[in-house]
Amino acid sequence: MSAPERILQVDIRRGGEAGDYERFEVPERENQTVLDVVTYIQRHLDAALAYRFSCRVGVCGSCAMTVNGRPRWTCRTHVARVVRGGKLTLAPLANLPVIRDLVTDMTPFFEKWQAARGRFVPGDGPRGEMAAVSPGDKQRMAASDAIECINCGVCHAACDVVSWREDYLGPAALNRAWAAWNDVRDGDRNGILRAVTSGGGCHTCHTHQSCAEHCPVSLNPTFSIAGLKRESLKAKLRGELK
Amino acid sequence: MTPLSYALQRGTAMLMAPLIVIHLAVIIWAVQGGLSAEEILSRTRGSLPWGVFYGLFVLASAIHAGIGVQTILREWTPLGRLASANIGHGLIVVLWALGARAVYAVVWA
Repeated sequence: MSAPERILQVDIRRGGEAGDYERFEVPERENQTVLDVVTYIQRHLDAALAYRFSCRVGVCGSCAMTVNGRPRWTCRTHVARVVRGGKLTLAPLANLPVIRDLVTDMTPFFEKWQAARGRFVPGDGPRGEMAAVSPGDKQRMAASDAIECINCGVCHAACDVVSWREDYLGPAALNRAWAAWNDVRDGDRNGILRAVTSGGGCHTCHTHQSCAEHCPVSLNPTFSIAGLKRESLKAKLRGELK
Repeated sequence: MTPLSYALQRGTAMLMAPLIVIHLAVIIWAVQGGLSAEEILSRTRGSLPWGVFYGLFVLASAIHAGIGVQTILREWTPLGRLASANIGHGLIVVLWALGARAVYAVVWA
């Protein structure tokens, strides 16, 4: 005789900004992820449930949600690790506008990436001239430490300062800016420092380290932000930042 | 916070750390056998080292508190950048003036 099927009680926040929780009952499975649970609900219980996912293997960064009060990537989060008394509570990521159910509008998140100038700007060198960057170069290694961000928004949702100040660029954008600044091929590295020191820039960070604590790929945006604080101060003292 | 106010905030914190330790240690040490206001003033009046010590202490704490309050106002109230900065800068002046008056009273008055 097989053991009786165990049932998970799953509370999901439904609706837009002014939503409320709705309970679903989902059969518990071995090695089940939180994303599996949400997918089960949409396929078997309520086809109207809105959520976002793509790769299901921790690469695309699109399935992040608030799981039992904590922002997480749901495709790599096993239910067994986070379930409390047979219950799961799922909500959209904090610090972002809610479109519907578990889907947030990521526009402000990516606008901040642009505002932090986290993109490559070519220099004036002749075309075809290759910059020689050693793999062991200090700045190359600093860029490597910061560059594996999957844009999931977990750090942005976990950051207290983002929740306090709308203009704060946030850990993901600043981490990206630090990776870009460490690219010695960039043609306007002081432009990055200008971008991250205006308004709610890197000096707004309180070094709470929630970003590093929650990052699913174990990056340390706080460390990157500390680097931006240090380098922008040096540039300011050299008179390179207006 | 600008790079310069960040540097001032960190710099004043670094300066205050030893000053606070010395301030507390001297209080604890000096009051062991009982200490009157007259005895305190007899040691501080005309003392350049204590004047410099507390003059720096007052300046560092005024700057540190002003910048900190400016940040808190920006994060916890609807006040904008300019209003928060004005209140923070005003606080620096007020705290410095009150502290400098106290230093003057115990060292030079």
